[in-house]
Amino acid sequence: MRSLTRRDLPLSGDPSARFLPLLIAFMIFLAALALVGAEALRQTAERWESGLSGQMTVQLPADAEEEAEARTATAVALLQDIPGVTAVEVLDRQEAAALLEPWLGSAAEDPQLPLPVLLTLTVEGQIAEIAAEARARLSDPLPAAQVDDHQEWIGGLLNLTRGLGALAIFLLLLVSAAAVVTVVFVTRTGLAVHRPVIELLHLMGARDAQVAGRFQLHAMRQGLIGGLLGLAAAAACYGLLDWTLAPTTIALLPPFRIGPRLLLLLALLPAIAGMIALLTARITVLRTLARMP
Amino acid sequence: MVRFEDVTLRYGQGPEILTGLSLHLEPGSFHCLVGPSGAGKSSLLKLLYLEQRPSSGRISLFGRDVIRLSRDARAGLRRRIGVVFQDFRLIEHLSVYDNVALPLRLAGEREREIRRKVEELVAWVGLAAQLQADPRTLSGGQQQRVAIARALVGRPNLLVADEPTGSLDDRIGNRLMHLFQELHRNGTTVVLATHNLALVERLGHPVLRLHEGQVLQENKDQGSHDLLQGELP
Ligand SMILES: Nc1ncnc2c1ncn2[C@@H]1O[C@H](COP(=O)(O)OP(=O)(O)O)[C@@H](O)[C@H]1O
Ligand SMILES: [Mg+2]
Repeated sequence: MRSLTRRDLPLSGDPSARFLPLLIAFMIFLAALALVGAEALRQTAERWESGLSGQMTVQLPADAEEEAEARTATAVALLQDIPGVTAVEVLDRQEAAALLEPWLGSAAEDPQLPLPVLLTLTVEGQIAEIAAEARARLSDPLPAAQVDDHQEWIGGLLNLTRGLGALAIFLLLLVSAAAVVTVVFVTRTGLAVHRPVIELLHLMGARDAQVAGRFQLHAMRQGLIGGLLGLAAAAACYGLLDWTLAPTTIALLPPFRIGPRLLLLLALLPAIAGMIALLTARITVLRTLARMP
Repeated sequence: MVRFEDVTLRYGQGPEILTGLSLHLEPGSFHCLVGPSGAGKSSLLKLLYLEQRPSSGRISLFGRDVIRLSRDARAGLRRRIGVVFQDFRLIEHLSVYDNVALPLRLAGEREREIRRKVEELVAWVGLAAQLQADPRTLSGGQQQRVAIARALVGRPNLLVADEPTGSLDDRIGNRLMHLFQELHRNGTTVVLATHNLALVERLGHPVLRLHEGQVLQENKDQGSHDLLQGELP
């Protein structure tokens, strides 16, 4: 016994046919954006953790120039000796003045201006331990030196990012649950319109599988169409955000890349919507038929 | 062909509509089912075309106990029954052609065969010009003829019609009866429910008279006229 096709029994003439894909599109749109958002936050946290944590700074207070040079040399020598420190870079007076120029104007170049010396250390290993060691070694010759390992600052930022990431995942779960419920509900509502047709086919001698087959294919098509629409809208939205924000955020945020795993997951969203619609339609129709003798 | 044994029917916890009803219809016979409105004519027909399960009793169609059969086997029986529903039950957004073709498509016939049979039958009920029309644009009488064509297209062994002349004027009603007579002559068993007693008399076929949940089987020699008296509203 063959199953009915779209040509035998077109179902697209009813209003629910337009309604269902639109609602599914909206759900998939939200799910896709939440998914991308969660991934963006995860990548950001990861990069901050691995990138910035390899650096710390030492600040030597302002002093007369000739003394400063000697002290800087002492500090560099001491710091380079610490195991785990791979490089020490000095931000000298000219560079510091150049950085301050926008705020102080030509006054920044005044040699009388007391400017601190900044040392940037590139380190490998337990950054907190290395910072403690640096403080111990500098305390005797240079008691005024300040060692900053950024850990407090990065830790706060990381916590924030991780919190946002967890929130995005939570939102994604909520949206997914809402999407499933919506697809189920809308598919069932759509089928209610077709109940007379289901009954009629049954009375004409259609087998249950034949009737279910026609309606489940119809629902799957609508789920797929809706899913693709939603995905396209999400892609357009992402493209727009990327285009408008890219020039301003590039310095603040690490570049975000949609990896192959995320891409696959996103591409699967419409298929998932289609499958949910198909299963819902099948179960609903078979249940409806089971009430008929 | 059709055998009911001690069949009762009630809807939910309601009263018994049919109470221990028994009847037997020979293959190739033509029966008119009569009775006042609310007597249970439609209910009896629903048992016949397997829309309803009896509350108790046995029903056999084509020599097979319909209650014991599997769902798919019951579907097979339904395909041998043509039904003209009282409210037609045409599918709205399908053309006349596709409505009539539906039973053949369910049976998996080839499109070429379907086209031949549907066009022939639609012409036979006088709607050749409306083949591609949306049923909603047709008059009540025309819709009914589409429903009849759909009931007949699969060459059913049993044709069941519920008040088929209800919404028709006399002229079309008469033409319809000619169609049914012709089918009957071709060997189809026909059961026709109606409360149009003039029509029943004109047809002169055996009468099944529903009364208090029972059926009285009368044949045409018994002077149906007397028995039918008092049922006119
Ligand atoms: N689906 C149903 N649910 C409950 N009661 C019904 C249903 N169908 C019919 N009835 C009741 O069964 C009785 C017989 O109805 P019906 O078979 O339609 O009679 P007829 O066709 O002879 O007018 C009526 O009292 C009607 O109210
Ligand atoms: Mg009735």
